[in-house]
Amino acid sequence: MTISGWAEILLVLALIVFAAWPVGIHIARIAAGERSFLHPVLAPIERGFYALAGVDPRRGMDWRGYAVALILLNALHFLMLYAMLRLQFYLPLNPDHLAGMSPRLAFNTAMSFVTNTNWQAYGGETTLSPGSQMWGLTSHMFVSAATGIAAALAIARAFAAGGMKTLGNFWADLTRIVLYLLLPIAILAGIALVALGVPQTLATHADATTLEGMKQTIAMGPVAFMEAIKELGTNGGGYFNANSAHPFENPNAWSSILETVLVFLIPIALTFTFGRIVKDARQGYALLAVIGVFVLAAIAVAYHAEAAGNPLLTALGVDPAQGNMEGKELRFGIPLSVLFNVITTATSCGAVNAMLDSYMPLGGMTSMFLIQLGEIVPGGVGSGLYGLLIFALIAVFVAGLMVGRTPEYLGKKIQAKEVKLAMLAVLILPLAILGFTALSLVMPAATASLGNAGPHGLSEMLYAFTSATGNNGSAFAGLSADTAWLDTTLGIAMLLGRFAFLIPVLAIAGALAEKVKVPPSSGTFPTHGPLFVGLLCGVIVIMGGLQFMPALSLGPLAEQFTLLAGKTF
Amino acid sequence: MATHAKTAHAETAASALFDSPLLSRAVADSFRKLNPAQLIRNPVIFVTEVISVLVTILGLRNLATGAPAGFALAIAFFLWLTVLFATFAEAVAEGRGRARAESLRRARTETMAKRLVNPADRAIFQPVAASELAVGDHVLVEAGDLIPSDGDVVQGMASVNESAITGESAPVIRESGGDRSAVTGGTQIVSDWLVVRITAAPGSTFIDRMIRLVEGAERRKTPNEIALDILLAGLTLIFLIAVVTLVGFARYSGAILGVPVLAALLVCLIPTTIGGLLSAIGIAGMDRLVRFNVLATSGRAVEAAGDVDTLLLDKTGTITLGNRMANAFIPAPGVNERDLASAIALATLGDETPEGRSILAFARDRFGIAPEQPEGALVVPFSAQTRLSGLDHAGRSFRKGAVDSVLAWLKLQMPPAEFTAAIERIARAGGTPLAVARDGRLMGAIELKDIVKPGIRARFAELRRMGIRTVMVTGDNRITAAAIATEAGVDDFIAEATPQDKLDYIRKTQTDGRLVAMAGDGTNDAPALAQADVGVAMQTGTQAAREAGNMVDLDSDPTKLIEIVEIGKQLLITRGSLTTFSIANDISKYFAILPAIFVAAYPELGALNVMRLASPQSAILSAVIFNALIIVALVPLALRGVRFRAIGASALLRRNLLIYGLGGIVAPFIGIKLIDMLLALAGLA
Repeated sequence: MTISGWAEILLVLALIVFAAWPVGIHIARIAAGERSFLHPVLAPIERGFYALAGVDPRRGMDWRGYAVALILLNALHFLMLYAMLRLQFYLPLNPDHLAGMSPRLAFNTAMSFVTNTNWQAYGGETTLSPGSQMWGLTSHMFVSAATGIAAALAIARAFAAGGMKTLGNFWADLTRIVLYLLLPIAILAGIALVALGVPQTLATHADATTLEGMKQTIAMGPVAFMEAIKELGTNGGGYFNANSAHPFENPNAWSSILETVLVFLIPIALTFTFGRIVKDARQGYALLAVIGVFVLAAIAVAYHAEAAGNPLLTALGVDPAQGNMEGKELRFGIPLSVLFNVITTATSCGAVNAMLDSYMPLGGMTSMFLIQLGEIVPGGVGSGLYGLLIFALIAVFVAGLMVGRTPEYLGKKIQAKEVKLAMLAVLILPLAILGFTALSLVMPAATASLGNAGPHGLSEMLYAFTSATGNNGSAFAGLSADTAWLDTTLGIAMLLGRFAFLIPVLAIAGALAEKVKVPPSSGTFPTHGPLFVGLLCGVIVIMGGLQFMPALSLGPLAEQFTLLAGKTF
Repeated sequence: MATHAKTAHAETAASALFDSPLLSRAVADSFRKLNPAQLIRNPVIFVTEVISVLVTILGLRNLATGAPAGFALAIAFFLWLTVLFATFAEAVAEGRGRARAESLRRARTETMAKRLVNPADRAIFQPVAASELAVGDHVLVEAGDLIPSDGDVVQGMASVNESAITGESAPVIRESGGDRSAVTGGTQIVSDWLVVRITAAPGSTFIDRMIRLVEGAERRKTPNEIALDILLAGLTLIFLIAVVTLVGFARYSGAILGVPVLAALLVCLIPTTIGGLLSAIGIAGMDRLVRFNVLATSGRAVEAAGDVDTLLLDKTGTITLGNRMANAFIPAPGVNERDLASAIALATLGDETPEGRSILAFARDRFGIAPEQPEGALVVPFSAQTRLSGLDHAGRSFRKGAVDSVLAWLKLQMPPAEFTAAIERIARAGGTPLAVARDGRLMGAIELKDIVKPGIRARFAELRRMGIRTVMVTGDNRITAAAIATEAGVDDFIAEATPQDKLDYIRKTQTDGRLVAMAGDGTNDAPALAQADVGVAMQTGTQAAREAGNMVDLDSDPTKLIEIVEIGKQLLITRGSLTTFSIANDISKYFAILPAIFVAAYPELGALNVMRLASPQSAILSAVIFNALIIVALVPLALRGVRFRAIGASALLRRNLLIYGLGGIVAPFIGIKLIDMLLALAGLA
């Protein structure tokens, strides 16, 4: 580790928080239906949408109405995307006449993009036409991101006041988020990326003659704008198979920094939004501090592991000062690679600019552990905030009794119903991650997909289901994921990780909204300040992370210790 | 004084926590409670029991087939111990209530009642067994009789010894009408007689209810307990998933995990500590209240007491000493202060009211004036017409009374401006002015004042730090009420309060999301008592009030409301602290067990054995033993309760989080290591 490396990392993080503040306030304003500087241009479009769909944006929905609308829309989008991927051959903008996807791959891919996972079992530019990438994938990157943010707004509102029957209007939330938040930033970021050298063209390839006189086909396409929303919506599905390690997705250090900022922008901004909506900025700061603790710790571990290099290679005479550069791009170096990968796994983005498979075991484990915590520090756009709030509820419930009152979070009493729903949501992660991984590890048909033996193989399988359930979408690589078993089970894991978590969350929001808001007093459990931050961190680790310890011990931890002992598999 | 005596009594009872007959009964009960049909109410301990059965069967099978069985049987033994310690905790908690119930039962022994044929005629009665009395019957009770059942006094006045239920031997007065008309079955008339209309059916009298409450026969899970149970069940499920899936992970990794090892891991991870102590904590909380001579009709009420954030307190008797007392004598212009004092003393000589006595005491203490009643003096008693009282002697007349009455008696239209100003000042300061006259001359005024109880202001400040608002309820006018409210340091007051005002105030406060506690004794308090989240009825109060409240204070001391809130908080804090401790324990258990079970497959994972435990087997065994012992070690804390301190929520949280959160992380590291060292010493490792 170097001082300049840390300076680079901290500077980018500071930049993110600085940029996130105004965005957070902006989100709170559009969530409340207030006018913003974008309204003169975009308000007529918004009204047009409502008129077309016959939606009254002022009509509030109770939690069931909100959930039904949300699920209906996503179900419809899943079917549309599935059809589009299957029928690719017959659809326009397919100059290379790429064939349609197999049913299981189309299922996996459609599920992946509807759940904001962006797990890519397909081969990127070699499987999908520019048409499929644009209306198929890119449009879903907007919708799935907006879905997550809308749900987060719904639960934030539930804390805002007492005795509410409704959580807001899902259609209005979705439209406003896309129009006033995602589109403007994505357009600006897309232009910036084009300026930095990312292509945006309908041509699928350029032919070049190399110095040796060989003919080379260089793949390209409408990359820049897909890249923008891929990061901004914490989607992570790249145009190219190599994702953000590919020079056309991420040409240089500046583009890498820009993409890093975009990934973290909305998840961080939402903590400020939350503080604004519940009318207590300190509540948002506390959540931000929790996120900060985990992100900095993860960066420290991963950076340390990567900078220290591989002792086995050092023994062969490689300069340990180089660190572990296997699988990393020279143009980014270790600090920016580590930062990028921590940030894209801390959020549910899942983009990669270096190969996790080639990380040191501990470096790879930090990414895996961040996802296993539930994608909540800060997690995906919206989904991270509501996940974090579920853990905050549990933390308050566990420790809140210690001040001698029925626990309450932001004036809302936490009782049997909320605890039941929160536990239901939290159960999904170990059930899907550990359940599917354990099953796969004892099935020869599944273990055949593994690229490595021993603990590293276990890590590959564990990572796949972790990534799918956490709706992250990054891959450890080394796993041949396009098999019948993996396509299906990973698809189901994505579905569970997204909607089996989201529905209890909305139900909690409904229950909380109805409750009276107890005014704070000196007898109230304080949910801001370092004490609560420490408590929440502890609860996240103990109740969200420790159940993965046995599995991690047999994967990355075993690999790390055997590696230190000089043993390979 | 009575309260002091009782606290001492409670302490001796607490020190007798583990006296031997109680203990042997609890041990027997803890085996009886192993019945799975009963244990299923406690999901964590039920799972532990199922696993214990499983491991036992496995160990015995190994024993029968000659396979190595020692380790499995050792694990099974300590798993059973874990279950037994949990049932033991509950049994001990219940045992303490049972002793109290026994003494109550003695008061309920069969008595004969004198049932009146005609309620108006006390001469004719039939003797019937108390158990045959129906609601609405009238009975006669005379000196020496036990009152056969609960009822209302319809005729007569008597002193009653209620020590059977209150533990207080000084007799209390019971009379028809008013707020002291309720009598309780099992108490004894000391003098005089009463005609009582029976209000309780046999088997549902106050004492019957008390016995059931104290024994915990009607114990239902409280809302917080239910929520906590769900959390614990959820955690159990999460760890069940983690342990069951571990089989797949282990098989891939070439590690062989036996059932005893997996069982040990699971039981160590699931929250057995709090699961085992949860019901004991609840029972002990109720019991603390009983020892404090307060009966709660449900655990829910005790829990609500902890949540209360608004206290409605009657001014008289709770905030002030109860009677207004003389505070100053203010002479009218041109009157000598000593003349005034002697005129006041003479005018008050015949006044036997507490106020009158306080005026005489003030004259004596401040001016050294203590006149004897002169020969031939004529006391003029207070009458509703004149609203004056005084003394006529040797042609001189002394009068004192309400200001306007005295002025009317003097036929004085325009009193001196100084006098009027003094009267207004007294009223503004919350006092009551009385005017005094002698022989047609206005002598001056007496300031009567409510005396705020010493120390009450500090109590209210303490309550404020706990986040509890105090509201004073009084029949006084706004000005008087405001002055006393400021002096006592309450947060709000209701002046000229009618029962309806109280009810409205409670409802309004509740819609703001606050929980209200109040104490009351009169029938007209009943609606407010029922509406309040915690309604403490006085034992001396009416039957209606006792029915409406969800707690009864046997000492009839409304100030106890404050302690009731503290007991409620203590219950919740104990539950939260032990939950936190239990969950924080898990970290160390991972470090003990994981390296032990994987060390065969990956010897390098021994690096995670940070406690340097002697062997894999001793590591697993130590964790299981610690897990069992910690339950029994915490039983005294669960029964006694974690002390509540009025230091504000932030400070309280910091303190408890440090002790039970951080302590919960560190303690098992030390405990497991110590047990492992002992095992190694004993050659078992």
